Amino acid sequence: MSENKKELSPELKERLKAEYNQEWRQKLRTSLKAKERMKISRVQMPERDSEERNKDFEEVNLGLDEEMARREARRCLDCAKPQCVKGCPVGIDIPTFIKLIETGDFVKSVRKIKETNTLPAICGRVCPQEEQCEVVCNLNKATGSPIAIGYLERFVSDYEREKGEIFVPQTSPSTGFKVAVIGAGPAGLTVAGELVKKGHQVTVFEALHHEGGVLVYGIPEFRLPKKTLEAEVDYLRKLGVEFKNNFVVGMTATLDDFKKEGYDAFFVGSGAGLPRFMNIPGENLVGIYSANEYLTRVNLMRAYEFPKYDTPVILGQRVAVIGGGNVAMDSVRTAQRLGAEWAGIVYRRSRKEMPAREEEIHHAEEEGIEFHLLTNPLRYMKDENGQVKSMECIRMKLGEPDSSGRRRPVPIEGSEFTLKVDMVVVAIGQSPNPLIPSTTPELEVGKWGNIEVDWNTMAASMEGVYAGGDIIRGGATVILAMGDARTAASEIDKYLKTKKRKKT
Amino acid sequence: MAKILRRERLVPNVHLIEVEAPRVAKKCQPGQFVILMPDEYGERIPLTIADWDPEKGSVTSVILVVGTSTHKLSLLQEGEEVPVYVGPLGKPSEIKKFGTVLCVGGCFGIGAVYPVARALKEAGNKVISLMDVKANYLLYWEDKFREVSDEFYVSARDSYYNCKEFVPHTVKNLIKKRKIDRVFSIGCTYLIYTCAEATRSKGIKTMVSLNPIMVDGTGMCGACRVTVDGKTKFACVDGPDFDGHLVDWQELFSRRKFYFNDEIQSLNYWEKKEFS
Ligand SMILES: Cc1cc2nc3c(=O)[nH]c(=O)nc-3n(C[C@H](O)[C@H](O)[C@H](O)COP(=O)(O)OP(=O)(O)OC[C@H]3O[C@@H](n4cnc5c(N)ncnc54)[C@H](O)[C@@H]3O)c2cc1C
Ligand SMILES: Cc1cc2nc3c(=O)[nH]c(=O)nc-3n(C[C@H](O)[C@H](O)[C@H](O)COP(=O)(O)OP(=O)(O)OC[C@H]3O[C@@H](n4cnc5c(N)ncnc54)[C@H](O)[C@@H]3O)c2cc1C
Ligand code: SF4
Ligand code: FES
Repeated sequence: MSENKKELSPELKERLKAEYNQEWRQKLRTSLKAKERMKISRVQMPERDSEERNKDFEEVNLGLDEEMARREARRCLDCAKPQCVKGCPVGIDIPTFIKLIETGDFVKSVRKIKETNTLPAICGRVCPQEEQCEVVCNLNKATGSPIAIGYLERFVSDYEREKGEIFVPQTSPSTGFKVAVIGAGPAGLTVAGELVKKGHQVTVFEALHHEGGVLVYGIPEFRLPKKTLEAEVDYLRKLGVEFKNNFVVGMTATLDDFKKEGYDAFFVGSGAGLPRFMNIPGENLVGIYSANEYLTRVNLMRAYEFPKYDTPVILGQRVAVIGGGNVAMDSVRTAQRLGAEWAGIVYRRSRKEMPAREEEIHHAEEEGIEFHLLTNPLRYMKDENGQVKSMECIRMKLGEPDSSGRRRPVPIEGSEFTLKVDMVVVAIGQSPNPLIPSTTPELEVGKWGNIEVDWNTMAASMEGVYAGGDIIRGGATVILAMGDARTAASEIDKYLKTKKRKKT
Repeated sequence: MAKILRRERLVPNVHLIEVEAPRVAKKCQPGQFVILMPDEYGERIPLTIADWDPEKGSVTSVILVVGTSTHKLSLLQEGEEVPVYVGPLGKPSEIKKFGTVLCVGGCFGIGAVYPVARALKEAGNKVISLMDVKANYLLYWEDKFREVSDEFYVSARDSYYNCKEFVPHTVKNLIKKRKIDRVFSIGCTYLIYTCAEATRSKGIKTMVSLNPIMVDGTGMCGACRVTVDGKTKFACVDGPDFDGHLVDWQELFSRRKFYFNDEIQSLNYWEKKEFS
């Protein structure tokens, strides 16, 4: 699923062209020959030493400095037909923001990004650029090393935040319409930002006590510092978005209640919060966590600062994490940081099929994580206290490709072996959160429990209700959630305009 | 943020808190619970809803002081706020006309089972209430219970009240004497376990309100998983009420003591910080 290039909309093509033809761009473009630009080597992300960083929760990547960023920006050829934009699910005007970096106008650059992406500091850190914008970059084809688009995106948004130059745009005059957004993950935050700018009154209802969804409870501090997220949420507050945390829609109030309270439209971005287990013997033993529980204890509840914070977490000494995605990498690296003597991944396919980002796998390897590939757990054994003490595994080999196109792992008979463990994290995926569908019978759901939508408009089967992100896709990515949210926001805006305008 | 309207000691080590939570008060039903955090460093802990007042917009719980969080709650004063208060969570208890029902409560469960008894009475059942206390002075809400019960028993280890044996004996005696159609039990795990065991041989369906360790309370983490009838269930969304004859009790006991050493460490840390 590497190249998911989309054709650009005519409107976007126009905008790109207009920017491309600006005088300053033309000058800049011709100021250095393409051949010279291609001679510059791709910037290396400065990162903390693996032996130092695997013991704490400070961020691993340090970020570029101004000099590095401008040099990297110079590499960009400013192509007439920029392929990168096609690779970006939200169609950021990548060449313009990069060329603004080359001129040193970082603030203008980040504002350019923010026209289409409200959370650049986050996307710059967690987007899989290597399979989106960077993989299709023309420079990648020419030299094998694309522009570091993600690093640059991160650089300008950090610059803006650190310089305190966050720009709060003027919102449109109030329309008097009330919109309820359910879930404060990337999808909900994006919808809220877009709609509040259009003058609607937006309230975000969130079940947990912090905004951010997976960004706050799942992705660890060492990959996404909470302060970057807080800055984005503050920005939305400044725009006028109201947040109601500790509010479980479906329980505290239902969508029907909201309708009676005068909400005109709804966006459901409740994510894929239901952890999957393998249903093998011993899986409920003491010491076996879902990744959601483990990461929530550590990140949201700050168990890594126990006993200053009250929530405990098991400090496993021999920790196996089942799975091969980002969630598994985050869990195993967390266990390592909490002092595990041995922390390893147990994954049933080979390294090539691992869904985690290459950068995360690489960082994990550097930090001393062991990988048991082509291995699957069969059952867990307990000690006299009921805690897991070992797991029986079986070796796998790859057979025919399955529906996802990846080769299906099949067990090798007689290859069973035992791993000694005192803690296990099950990170084999999450399903859509069932709470809203189960309390809103009018909503149509698919066979995975996902809310069904019209993919062109993100409209669900109930009038005025839209959905996006992991609740419709199952576990996907931040940028796809944001893309859905942008579509939904513009459709909600259209929908509200067709409703009879009411006065505030 | 939710404001504490009232916090009082009911009996030694057991406190009542009434919290301003109009949305919860409007929605909640017997058997449901809330999750709260006593302060910003706190743990998210579940408490059963013991009473509510939709007009006033308040929700009441009864807490047994055991560790750091419940200690912190017991020190809250009227007018103070807790940073997290979310609910109602969980499935409501099944309330309908069964005939004769037995409601068993112990320690915090005396408060917690009260709304269940009240609703069962309103649904036209004959309600027998049985309270378990270590000593008579640990009983609270006797008046409230007498109002909704046809019969009221207290199993105390001193001679003041009407029965002295442990709850399972009393339950066995009661079901020997007459036909009881359904039993509801809330309290510490041991109490509800023995209660379910007492009715097993007669096959009287006994609903127990399970209290495994929870984190989010919305089905997101699986901390609260219990095995019921051989299947894994999440107590916070599939329960907390389950058929006590189908629960894997050994698993529940061992999962609940998971963090024993941490809990002691946490309490020590907090007491030192708070009181020295
Ligand atoms: C550990 C981990 C690492 C990841 N790493 C990456 C990565 O590196 N790159 C990447 O692109 N993606 C990554 N992902 C995936 C990405 O985080 C998700 O695809 C994205 O967060 C989905 O956004 P969302 O807004 O749809 O849902 P979520 O982020 O899940 O947010 C949903 C929110 O809704 C709330 N909610 C749910 N039900 C209710 C309700 N009934 N009432 C009120 N609120 C409710 C939840 O509490 C939550 O806050 C990772 C995921 C995890 C778990
Ligand atoms: C659905 C449900 C309803 C409950 N209702 C009530 C109630 O109405 N009144 C009441 O006093 N208690 C109730 N409890 C139990 C209460 O939540 C625990 O006593 C409380 O969390 C203990 O916290 P602590 O920090 O004071 O003690 P700790 O020292 O942390 O723990 C003491 C004991 O409480 C249990 N416990 C610890 N943390 C949690 C947690 N996060 N979730 C659940 N149990 C935990 C542990 O098994 C341990 O045995 C309920 C539990 C559940 C699951
Ligand atoms: S949002 Fe993601 S895909 Fe789009 S340009 Fe930024 S890093 Fe690339
Ligand atoms: S407490 Fe997290 S799923 Fe029940």
